[in-house]
Amino acid sequence: MTATAVRDDAATTDRPVSPRRRRSDSVNWWLTALLVVLGLTILVPLYFAIVTSLKTPDQLGGTGFATPSHIRWHNFADAWRLTDFPLAALNSAVITVGAVVITLLTNSMVAYAIARNLSHKFFKGLYFYFVSALFVPFPIIMLPVAKETAILHLDNRLGLILLYVVYGLAFNIFIYTAYIHSIPRELEEAAAIDGASTWGVFWKVIFPLLAPMNATVGILTCLWAWNDFLLPLVILSDPGSATLPLVQYVFQSQFQTNYPVAFASYLMAMSPLLIVYVIAQRWVISGVTRGAVK
Amino acid sequence: MTVINSPGTPSPADATATPVRRTRRRTTRIPMTFYVMTVPALVLFFVFHTVPVIQGIYYSFTNSPGYGPSHLVGLRNYIGLFSDPRVLHAYWFTFLIAGVSTVAVNIISLAIAIGLNSRIKFKNTLRAVYFIPNVLAILVVGYIFNYLFSNSLPALGDQLGISFLTTSLLTKASTAWIGIVILAVWQSMAFNIIIYIAGLQTVPIELYEAAGLDGATAWQQFRSITFPMIAGFFTINMVLSLKSFLQIFDHIVALTGGGPGTDTESVSLLIYKGGFQGGEYGYQSANSVFFFIVIVTFSIIQLRVLQRREMSA
Repeated sequence: MTATAVRDDAATTDRPVSPRRRRSDSVNWWLTALLVVLGLTILVPLYFAIVTSLKTPDQLGGTGFATPSHIRWHNFADAWRLTDFPLAALNSAVITVGAVVITLLTNSMVAYAIARNLSHKFFKGLYFYFVSALFVPFPIIMLPVAKETAILHLDNRLGLILLYVVYGLAFNIFIYTAYIHSIPRELEEAAAIDGASTWGVFWKVIFPLLAPMNATVGILTCLWAWNDFLLPLVILSDPGSATLPLVQYVFQSQFQTNYPVAFASYLMAMSPLLIVYVIAQRWVISGVTRGAVK
Repeated sequence: MTVINSPGTPSPADATATPVRRTRRRTTRIPMTFYVMTVPALVLFFVFHTVPVIQGIYYSFTNSPGYGPSHLVGLRNYIGLFSDPRVLHAYWFTFLIAGVSTVAVNIISLAIAIGLNSRIKFKNTLRAVYFIPNVLAILVVGYIFNYLFSNSLPALGDQLGISFLTTSLLTKASTAWIGIVILAVWQSMAFNIIIYIAGLQTVPIELYEAAGLDGATAWQQFRSITFPMIAGFFTINMVLSLKSFLQIFDHIVALTGGGPGTDTESVSLLIYKGGFQGGEYGYQSANSVFFFIVIVTFSIIQLRVLQRREMSA
């Protein structure tokens, strides 16, 4: 517990600073300038998308970096109607929220049962069974999975949520069990003496203690489900349930004739998560770090 | 840290407690609840992960086109893979992209992470900016890059009189891979930088102070302090990047769609196209099984090599 807590804030604050601090407190301005310039390469594609989305088609051409001479907000309205943005955004939201909520509630519980019984053969086997799936990349099973979900009538949003929850198990069990090992058993034993059932112990004692890991798993699942393209592409059969990335793919041929509308559509597809990130960036970065540094 | 490091094995406290618990368990047994908590997940995982794996292996021995009846054809699919130029090219192209991207992304990310971890201004803002690509869909970013590569860059080449830029990178396989690598590096840098920063923060400052007193140059400090201290993070990043780049799919769909012809197809894209659209369900299942063996082999070799380096370093 303490170990992770210490590392968490190490990842987010500047406390353990550079080697040079004590020698001199001066800021390295050359390095700052260099990193700012390099940072622009991250922002350039976004800047480009914004200026392009505001142009009329006849303003395209050249390198395309010029600001629009005449702003056409209507591109966004066109993209909104053409791609049926509200429906695609709703699909993405339903799938992402469903996947995140169900993953948090179920994967943590499975991990708890496994972590607390690792000395038992069944649960140890289960641990290795789930975690070994980390070695099986999705493209390898995509052909049979698409067939199977079609047969089971799960080639829809519900099926997609289910797959995110199930495929998430491999990695989530891995990081949850590691974290649960750091929670002292005495807490559970005390609760059990007070008459709590195993369920009660999990939901009232363990689940709240898992908060940092829940944040990590929630963020990673959210980024995955929202931005994923391959799984929706092979699973969803009804165009009405298409997610935002899938919609950009489906409309490519129509976008080719009107790039400003296409870029308006890309921006609208990226903006929800981008806005969440801008608001909660420290939290997101520390969550992702915690998941990767095991 | 130590606790986190040992996910599979019970913690030391556990190990000492084990004999005690085992005897106790023989009398009290594990509560049913723990089975109720795990068995549904086990069943679902088996149905949606293990069954497809088994089915895939089965279909790899058939001539199934993906629908209707099919026959067992023995090893014919596997033998066919090795003489199919489209398949061999896809493997070569995937290895090229994955190899170059893995090396490039790790060098660049480590350099930027060191920069972001030193005494600079706007540290938090810069970190936040460098992480942005990680929250964006690769496919959507890929479409933006597609336009940059096929319209903006040639226009820029015209203006500056650089002739090799005047045609789009993406129209020829001989240059399209560069565009794919740039997108791949741009996107996955975000994640790798964050991991390297976390690694750099585990290096004790005192080591640099001592080295500084001894008059070590910045490069010597990097070679003999920084890099050995973060070798574990380097291993994680190398293995994870290679594994994800070997599965490259979205990048290529957005930039080239596998074209011109089939010149820029990756293995994942080939499995998708051949399996779903080309009536090669059985054949591409064999390709999947073979690809699985390749990925596992690569990961193991890489882990071995890098861990040996960690030891000697």
